Amino acid sequence: MYLLSQKNKTVSLLLFLISLFFSNISFAESAVESIDNPAKFSSTLELLLSKSYKDKEQAIEKLVTTKDERVKKILEAMLNARLFYTKQDKKIVIGEKQDDGFLITDQLTQKQIGTVNKSELKKIRVNNKLRRILRSAIATLSLSSADADERLDAVKQMFGKTDNAAIANLKEHLDTEKNKKVRDEIETLISINDLKTGNKETQLTAIKDLSKSLHSEVRNELELLKNNDDPEIANASAAAAKRIDERLSVYEKINTAFFGLSLGSVLVLAAIGLAITFGVMGVINMAHGELIMLGAYTTYVIQQLMPNHIGMSLVVAVPAAFMVSAIVGILIERLVIRHLYGRPLETLLATFGISLILQQAVRTIFSPLNRSVETPQWMSGSLEINPALSLTYNRLYIILFCLAVFALLFLIIKKTRLGLSVQAVSQNRSMARAMGIRASRVDALTFGLGSGIAGIAGVALSQLTNVGPNLGQAYIIDSFMVVVFGGVGNLWGTLISGFTLGIANKFMEPWAGAVLAKILVLVFIILFIQKRPRGLFPKKGRAAEG
Amino acid sequence: MYNLLKDDRGGQIFLVLLTFAAILVPILNLSTGVDNPFHVSTLTVTLVGKYLAFALLALSVDLVWGYMGILSLGHGAFFALGGYAMGMYLMLQIGDRGVYGNPDLPDFMVFLNLKELPWFWNGFDNFWYAMIMVALVPGLLAFVFGALAFRSRVTGVYLSIITQALTYALLLAFFRNELGLGGNNGLTDFKDILGFSLQADSTRIALFIASAIALGLGYLACRAIVVSRLGKVAVAIRDAEDRVRFIGYRVDRVKLAIFTFSAVLAGIAGALYVPQVGIINPGEFSPLKSIELVVWVAIGGRTTLYGAVLGAFIVNYSKTYLTGAAPEIWLFALGALFVLVTLYLPNGIVGLLKRRRVEA
Repeated sequence: MYLLSQKNKTVSLLLFLISLFFSNISFAESAVESIDNPAKFSSTLELLLSKSYKDKEQAIEKLVTTKDERVKKILEAMLNARLFYTKQDKKIVIGEKQDDGFLITDQLTQKQIGTVNKSELKKIRVNNKLRRILRSAIATLSLSSADADERLDAVKQMFGKTDNAAIANLKEHLDTEKNKKVRDEIETLISINDLKTGNKETQLTAIKDLSKSLHSEVRNELELLKNNDDPEIANASAAAAKRIDERLSVYEKINTAFFGLSLGSVLVLAAIGLAITFGVMGVINMAHGELIMLGAYTTYVIQQLMPNHIGMSLVVAVPAAFMVSAIVGILIERLVIRHLYGRPLETLLATFGISLILQQAVRTIFSPLNRSVETPQWMSGSLEINPALSLTYNRLYIILFCLAVFALLFLIIKKTRLGLSVQAVSQNRSMARAMGIRASRVDALTFGLGSGIAGIAGVALSQLTNVGPNLGQAYIIDSFMVVVFGGVGNLWGTLISGFTLGIANKFMEPWAGAVLAKILVLVFIILFIQKRPRGLFPKKGRAAEG
Repeated sequence: MYNLLKDDRGGQIFLVLLTFAAILVPILNLSTGVDNPFHVSTLTVTLVGKYLAFALLALSVDLVWGYMGILSLGHGAFFALGGYAMGMYLMLQIGDRGVYGNPDLPDFMVFLNLKELPWFWNGFDNFWYAMIMVALVPGLLAFVFGALAFRSRVTGVYLSIITQALTYALLLAFFRNELGLGGNNGLTDFKDILGFSLQADSTRIALFIASAIALGLGYLACRAIVVSRLGKVAVAIRDAEDRVRFIGYRVDRVKLAIFTFSAVLAGIAGALYVPQVGIINPGEFSPLKSIELVVWVAIGGRTTLYGAVLGAFIVNYSKTYLTGAAPEIWLFALGALFVLVTLYLPNGIVGLLKRRRVEA
């Protein structure tokens, strides 16, 4: 306590200096009615302590007019229920939840006070009306931000919530706004307002302007105008709505295709390792799914080891997962599969046994519950191309990652010495041996490579689905389908079949539902194999008979 | 019958044991008191009855895998379909004794707001119709699937994988409530069969005897196929399919006949299984179950028929024991069995016994 009061003294000194500084600024632009001295800022802030929501409302309005840079943060905290006051000295603070209480920051002085117990704090309560006011206040404040993205967000927030004052505000802001995107959004907002309030002339121009927009708000407003008494307006808005619908449906298709591509990438990632072990070597590895699972768990473990560097941990996890799965894969090959070459059905059974053992091992070590793997900052959020089309970053990264892995694997197989040996052994084992290739070593390495790629797939999957003991099982059948559909022994075939199946699945989902879409895809593949038992792109020539 | 079993010592022993069990177990269960050391509890009777159904299923797998070289990873699907057919009959026997007390609709349909029975439920209130369906549904599926697959010469691993896809697709389908077969809860809460309460000891004994008889007849039927010319061609197909085709046999028809028969057998096994355990749900379609039953056959020893039965008993008994005593261990043990048997016991336990005898 003593220390605190000591601190308070320095704080108040600092406060005095700061307030001096601010008062100068406020004097310089006190054209608007504003609170131009620190005492008033703090007294306005104190209004927030009031029990009455009306007082709080006033306080918020006054705070906005101060144009003080502290205000926005305070209002945001208030909206998120993180704004408190200390019971003892009624200081307004923002509290960050910690393990042992709340880390609080005094809002008057912007000084961190320290961690206190929850019982020492009291939350500043808000109701729904206040929340609405807060949101629009924050939006207004953000509009004057220096950061264009923040302004853009602020404008977007205002859709559907504008009133005359806000529109006037926006019109005023438009004069100074330089950024094109922000301008477009503001103009859309103003046009929507024109639709509702303007005379016939402005309504018609607004409809014309809006027919290029893709906002759902615009669509709704136009829909309402379709029943307008004036046939000219009704027709114009119907035509505009139709144009918008057409464009929307195009974007929706693009969106579905994007979803399909990302699902396809997942399938390709899961199957590409199998394309090596099954396709090139001819080994039925039913433990392939569990090798993916091991990769996902490796990601989890590495994230536990470096909890403060989530993004970095993911980067580290890629080679680590490759190594873990590759080593397990090589062990499997050396200990079991080696003895079963030429007996595919037995290989299938033995590797299935291994998959059970791996599953149970994970269950014993990590518990049967799903583990959560965190997503780094740069993978969350989405790339917004226009209001109707936004691509989430994690899906975008998965697609890029899949293509990168595929390219790498392709280069390894086509351009390296190992790849050459792999091809030689798979085409004609005894001839390859006669040329001095150590076939059994190549087998082990190839299997390790395929397994390692499965591990990498696990890293990617850990970002999309739950990491649990059943992760592998969920993908094994899909993986086999992709490889068989694409044509065994053909990497390109795997890529194309994965993407095809992914996109087909997503396009069927809207009318068939997720489960039925999957069933239909399975049935389709079963029938397809009847027609073309060797897949889309069968091996040709002598290699096909091996 | 004499001809069937002439060269089949294992089969003779098995059938004798089975007959003994079918006679002795009911006597020991019904005539002795609970404290009698020779008493066989009803629980055990049901358990062994379940194993008998599994043994019949194993038999059907051995027939196609051991004698024809088709490793089906979807036989669980035929088993489950037979089970569902039986389950539908039992479901309609509940009548108004369900929770909702609706005399026409099973509980889950009332729950799903259905107004009348879906069309494919019609007729299932008749036992004999249901029994025909038990054989017909799996048989038909196997026939259509096999006709497509065998004609286009899908063989080996590819066939295994698409049979697995088949059962996986069915698994997904049966999980859907819209299918009208109880969704993921499946069919359960059965009350009685042919008017006899399923809870009664005597009914359980009857089911046990029925399973034993079905297994015995199933064995003889498989044996009859195996020693017939059809069976000989099947073995030839397993060993050199192209050669058999070049000689002039219609390979696809031989395969189709035996595959379909095997599926019917699996369906019957499912129908015997359901009243004894009292539930059938989509879990039976899971690819894991189908692979598990391949392991029964592999462990017992394939291409002997009685080996499959032996394997079904051994694996399921250890499963019952281990999942009770040390559930953690069960998957480890099962996994290890897969690996060790394929590596070191290509002919299963039966093969081990035979080798001993040759050495001695």
